[in-house]
Amino acid sequence: MKTASLCAGLLALAGMALAGPLAAQTKSAADGIAEYRAMLADGNPAELFEARGQELWKTKRGPKNADMSQCDLGKGPGVVKGAFVELPRWFADTQKVQDLESRLLTCMTTLQGIEAKAVTEERFGRGEQRHMEGLVAWISAESRGMKMNLPQSHAQEKLSYEIGKRAFFYRGGTHDFSCASCHSAEGQRIRLQDLPNLTKNPGDGVGFAAWPAYRVSSGELWGMQRRLNDCFRQQRFPYPGYASDVTIALGTYMGVNAKGAASIAPSIKR
Amino acid sequence: MKTSHITTLAGVAVAASVLVAGCATAPSPTSAELDALATQTIMSSFRDQGIAKVDRLKQDLGQSACSSDKPPSDAVAQRIMEEAKTSIKWPADGQYFGDFAAGERLAQNGRGATWTDAPGSANGGNCYNCHQISKAEVSYGNIGPSLYQYGKNRGISDVAAPTALPIIQYTWTKLYNSKAYAACSNMPRFGHVGLLDEKQMRDLMSLLLDPRSPVNQ
Repeated sequence: MKTASLCAGLLALAGMALAGPLAAQTKSAADGIAEYRAMLADGNPAELFEARGQELWKTKRGPKNADMSQCDLGKGPGVVKGAFVELPRWFADTQKVQDLESRLLTCMTTLQGIEAKAVTEERFGRGEQRHMEGLVAWISAESRGMKMNLPQSHAQEKLSYEIGKRAFFYRGGTHDFSCASCHSAEGQRIRLQDLPNLTKNPGDGVGFAAWPAYRVSSGELWGMQRRLNDCFRQQRFPYPGYASDVTIALGTYMGVNAKGAASIAPSIKR
Repeated sequence: MKTSHITTLAGVAVAASVLVAGCATAPSPTSAELDALATQTIMSSFRDQGIAKVDRLKQDLGQSACSSDKPPSDAVAQRIMEEAKTSIKWPADGQYFGDFAAGERLAQNGRGATWTDAPGSANGGNCYNCHQISKAEVSYGNIGPSLYQYGKNRGISDVAAPTALPIIQYTWTKLYNSKAYAACSNMPRFGHVGLLDEKQMRDLMSLLLDPRSPVNQ
């Protein structure tokens, strides 16, 4: 990562804040944000997480003192390239449809002997969740530029899609919100934040094909699990379990809808 | 399994059998079975956190009827709107108006009711998340219609004039329970659910309708 370019990006951010409403009026807000992202992308700090993940993959850890090199992400033990754009998918050994994070959780427990709750009950950004962030950054980066292509041949994969679709439209909570309240039409925004239409392919590097992502505002790397967790928080829903069935089904729904979209993960967000 | 026998409990049994079967030769589940499976999956995936408890997943008629990519039947939509209309509580003493400056602050405030909000903390109106309101604020969303010049566009030059009353009551109703006019409205039911109290609603009414409000300049 080039420090100089990151600094340029941060300066650009400061500049945008100073320019304020006037700049936002003379040029569309979306254009401004796109320019800002393009400047930042030159020095995406996700690279630091990718490097950590690549190292972790071959590091012996856990009670079994094993590395992750025999982890099967769907394309055979140890095959990483291309795995990301085909997840979630059905796995015969667990008899489950799994997304990237729930699959990595399986590998960490079976290969390394790490307790599942050391991951699922950890706070985001801490402990084993930090390890997870590195792994998803690196694994998604290994499929950068490839097109989303989730399999839908197994009955359970089709079922996961149908459940995910229903969960996507499920209204509840104090505000009557569902995922669809914000993500089922073109050109919608919350404040100045563009909202992709996730009921169809929203385009290359948009929506499902953009996560995991490095978030400049918090300096964190978010996987899809954390992305969904914060969506549900803002939806005023209760707390979705890490790697819970509903999160995986939503991943299947969004991922299948995004078929053909080129992945830019791990991307960079405001 | 016969569709007519499907209940929530049967749905759980279906969920278990479909999940265990997991092979391509199993018959495709019916739409009702998928609905039951989805509900079961949702119910088992969430837990309480802070003020956001799992009872928030329990749906009323309007929420469940508006939970698909297809709108409810006209009859169901009518019922939702009628129930919403009867839920309206008019303000005490017929006093609909408060302080438009306080209303603007409330419209800017997007906080409230998430699991990171403290118990008992006041909710914001979240208005700018979805609506253009005062012209000076350029950071506004567009899920809802623009409310800029809301009162002016509706010919309100004096909120005390008798001719203003229908618009005033319409606006109060929309804020109190938006489903009175659109069964599947995206807008929260601020009064009905208790997200905003009467004083807060009055302040928002002034923001929208008071001729002196920045909205109507």
